[in-house]
Amino acid sequence: MVAVAFAIARLRNLFTIVMLMGVFSLLSAVLYVLLSAVDVAFTEAAVGAGVSTLLVLGTIALTSERGDYTPEKFKVMPLLIVAATGVVLIYGTLDMPLYGDPDAPANKHVVPRYIEQSGAEIGVPNIVTSVLASYRGFDTLGEVVVIFTAAIGVLVLLGRGHNRWRPGMRAGVGAKREEEEV
Amino acid sequence: MAFPGLINYWIVVILMMTGFYIVISQGNLIKKIVGLNVFQVSVFVFYISMSKVFGGAAPILDDSIETYSNPLPHVLILTAIVVGVATTALGMALVVRIRDAYGTIEEDEIQRLEAEESEP
Repeated sequence: MVAVAFAIARLRNLFTIVMLMGVFSLLSAVLYVLLSAVDVAFTEAAVGAGVSTLLVLGTIALTSERGDYTPEKFKVMPLLIVAATGVVLIYGTLDMPLYGDPDAPANKHVVPRYIEQSGAEIGVPNIVTSVLASYRGFDTLGEVVVIFTAAIGVLVLLGRGHNRWRPGMRAGVGAKREEEEV
Repeated sequence: MAFPGLINYWIVVILMMTGFYIVISQGNLIKKIVGLNVFQVSVFVFYISMSKVFGGAAPILDDSIETYSNPLPHVLILTAIVVGVATTALGMALVVRIRDAYGTIEEDEIQRLEAEESEP
């Protein structure tokens, strides 16, 4: 995964980059399965690797596949900023709970209750589903609002209605609207 | 410190910084959004790796299972993935519009065109 990310950083051709982005998403989905987050892996494979890649491909079709035309000079400043931030972040991780620790703060609080009670309270064997749809239903509502807003934004930017004056009118772009749900 | 230790966090930091580097150093707008995606996935990996418990099974109830992984981060990231795609879609729509207005999706080209417009 790290290697693919570095390749994305170095390459110029946009088509290659998009394909690598798909590979990156798929690798992360595999990682989620290994970390026993099957629902997340499922969504990432479908939405992250599938729909995102399609969206970017569509954009490339509408713009251009060519990357930067001037061979870019190596910039030191971004690398310095990134290295400094990375060092600070790694310093921050030194206080974090170890991987797989059942007593980590993230695994306490409401979580034992979800695991013990949700079967009786909601009646769905998949805990992720019952938390998503019931205990944290408002989160899901907020998510739907975000998707709706994004769909409106895309329509306003690319829609055909009032934007007839815009140069290079292209048909079929409205189909890029988001309609997926979890 | 046993083997996995903090290594999951360090991988996340490396991925995150790669994404950050792409966003701030590349001039191509599509590539910037791809970098943003890499950054985003690194945050997802961070949450999911926090939710893993040694010996924990996927959080689907069954009588034969004693330990489960933490389901709460899974729910949060499920929401975040979908929101992330919505953001990508909006960003891509903006890129298409910028391309229509300026004829290019390179940041430095756009800045040059703007400078030419402002001084007649």
